[in-house]
Amino acid sequence: MLETSGAFKENAAGAMADVGLQKALARAKPQFAKKRQAAVDKLPEFEALREVAKNIKNHAIQHLDYYLETYATAVERSGGHVHWCSTAEDARAAVLRICREAGARTVTKGKSMVTEEIALNDYLEANGITPVETDLGEYILQLRHEPPSHIIGPAFHLNREDWEETFRKSHTDLPIDRIFHERRDILTEARAKLREKFLTADVGITGANFLIAETGSSVIVTNEGNGDLTQTLPRVHIVVTGIEKVVPTIEDTLALLRVLARSATGQDMSVYTTFSTGGRQAGDLDGPQEYHVVLLDNGRSGMVGTDFQDMLRCIRCAACMNHCPVYGAVGGHAYGSTYPGPMGAVLTPMLVGIENAGQLPNASTFCGKCESVCPVKIPLPNLMRHWREREFERHLTPTGMRYGLGVWAFFAKRPALYRLATRAAALGLGFFGRKRGGFTKLPLAGGWTAGRDFPAPEGDTFFAQYAARGKKE
Amino acid sequence: MTKEAILESIRRGLKRTKLPLDQQAMLAGRTAAHPRHIVPARGQLDLAGRVALFTEYVQREFGTVDHLASLNDVPEAVARYLALQNLPPALVVSPHPALQNLPFGTKPMLDIRFGVSGPGDAVSLQHAFAGIAETGTLMLPSGPTRPTSNNLLPDNALVVLMAERIIASYEDAFDWLRETGGMPRNIMLVTGPSRSADIEQTLELGAHGPRRLHIMIVDGPE
Repeated sequence: MLETSGAFKENAAGAMADVGLQKALARAKPQFAKKRQAAVDKLPEFEALREVAKNIKNHAIQHLDYYLETYATAVERSGGHVHWCSTAEDARAAVLRICREAGARTVTKGKSMVTEEIALNDYLEANGITPVETDLGEYILQLRHEPPSHIIGPAFHLNREDWEETFRKSHTDLPIDRIFHERRDILTEARAKLREKFLTADVGITGANFLIAETGSSVIVTNEGNGDLTQTLPRVHIVVTGIEKVVPTIEDTLALLRVLARSATGQDMSVYTTFSTGGRQAGDLDGPQEYHVVLLDNGRSGMVGTDFQDMLRCIRCAACMNHCPVYGAVGGHAYGSTYPGPMGAVLTPMLVGIENAGQLPNASTFCGKCESVCPVKIPLPNLMRHWREREFERHLTPTGMRYGLGVWAFFAKRPALYRLATRAAALGLGFFGRKRGGFTKLPLAGGWTAGRDFPAPEGDTFFAQYAARGKKE
Repeated sequence: MTKEAILESIRRGLKRTKLPLDQQAMLAGRTAAHPRHIVPARGQLDLAGRVALFTEYVQREFGTVDHLASLNDVPEAVARYLALQNLPPALVVSPHPALQNLPFGTKPMLDIRFGVSGPGDAVSLQHAFAGIAETGTLMLPSGPTRPTSNNLLPDNALVVLMAERIIASYEDAFDWLRETGGMPRNIMLVTGPSRSADIEQTLELGAHGPRRLHIMIVDGPE
């Protein structure tokens, strides 16, 4: 897990100047929105299902204590084990304990953002256990020692050249001058490499998209099938997930699944949606002997009853970042946190403290697109506004900005003075800029004019024009 | 204890103590009744309509479909498919009664092994519990007659699906599953062959699961 959220401005500047990243962003960005819209258009019930999805998650959170206990009881009834963990440290220790008891040397991993959140891989490695990421995107990032830049497309920021270069460098047993004719050749090489790992791992670790209180099941959603191989072949299956993933019934899960894939990748349904309940049953011919759930709080229970409770509805589909102009301009790494984009800007301050993530709620244009595509209708811009308020209250906003806001507030509270001042500014700028039609430099706005010209105002202010027209009509 | 600490923290946020028994009973009632939410209209068709929609969605998701009149036609269809794909005539077959009773004797060149697939198996034949018309999705629950590995390990996944088992929605399929008893260890809902778009957001088939998914829809009685 990298935590450089405090340096968002510097990270963003770097990202905008990164040619490879900009190429990747330009390629992917329009695709996401188009695919989601196409899937939504084909399901007339989609909008109504968003409301249903929101209500299911709200119901689950309002009774979260009850459903977590019901869920845990159901897991134990099916022969599984639940490990309750308050902190990231507790969760790492729980995973290590299970691995040690299983005598594990290698663990395969399905894609899991919670294991990124708790930095599990570094911890396992430090303790002599080799974790192997099996999602194609996560696999190359592990080879490159990079964190994911997107919650469902972790290697979103890489181009084909990067894949080829990394595979040549890492798979040294293969001829160095081999040719990758097409993307499929890259995929085939990774598939062959990971096959060995799937077959020899002692423990498989996956996340969970949903936990079902009714049955004690965990649900994962993948397209590759890596999560299924991870949880089917090794002797022990560990699910690492957050407490907010629990929903009451199978039917509730099905309603949420109908909005999840459509919002995420624009598929009607992901290729593999798998419900796991306990370990091997009598007569089963395969599957893990042991089934463990590491249930993580890590600040989530503290969101209940606060302004940020709505965020617990999040089903991690990534629609918000896929449609965000800020994410689209700087990519995921600039956020410097496990969770990027609008959902990350709300969640990260909760996980690491607003004093460490103050920049993120400001990394938004407040265009509102994220809220309009969110399958569970999280009011993301509003939640970012709450963080901005807290940041200001706690004097975490930079002095220059506080001073500027103070000056603006002085005028804003005095409408007559405000109109006079803006009118003077508009007419003044209009007069001085009338020859060239704009300004390449303005005092106190050097950062803004560095990248573009400020157009000279033409005519009077909105208020003045409105007043003048009112008189005419 | 950590469990109690987490539950207490949630209750503090909800500004209440543990739910009173009557409210717990109400929630238990909701769970026991597991009410359905909005179910999309598009799968609600007669059998022929469901089969057609299922077929259309499987093909759109890069799966292939063969329609057979009777289970007796399966060995012939398997042999034909393998030849067409230039695959060796060997397969591992799930030990489901319907598959065990197939007249494989009519195709002696097919090398059949009943059981669980291993890393060396290129082709598997699985028996589907249900097909879901809504999205062209197979329901494959684990159990003594349906090992999960046969859905995953071989490059070519062949599946027998009785036409009458194609229903409208996921909810319908889970209702059937509930009738058979408790939850199996694993239930896979499979929509098309394995794929990844992790390289430049461009779809490539054959990530870790099967590269090909071929579904034989059988009209006749099981």
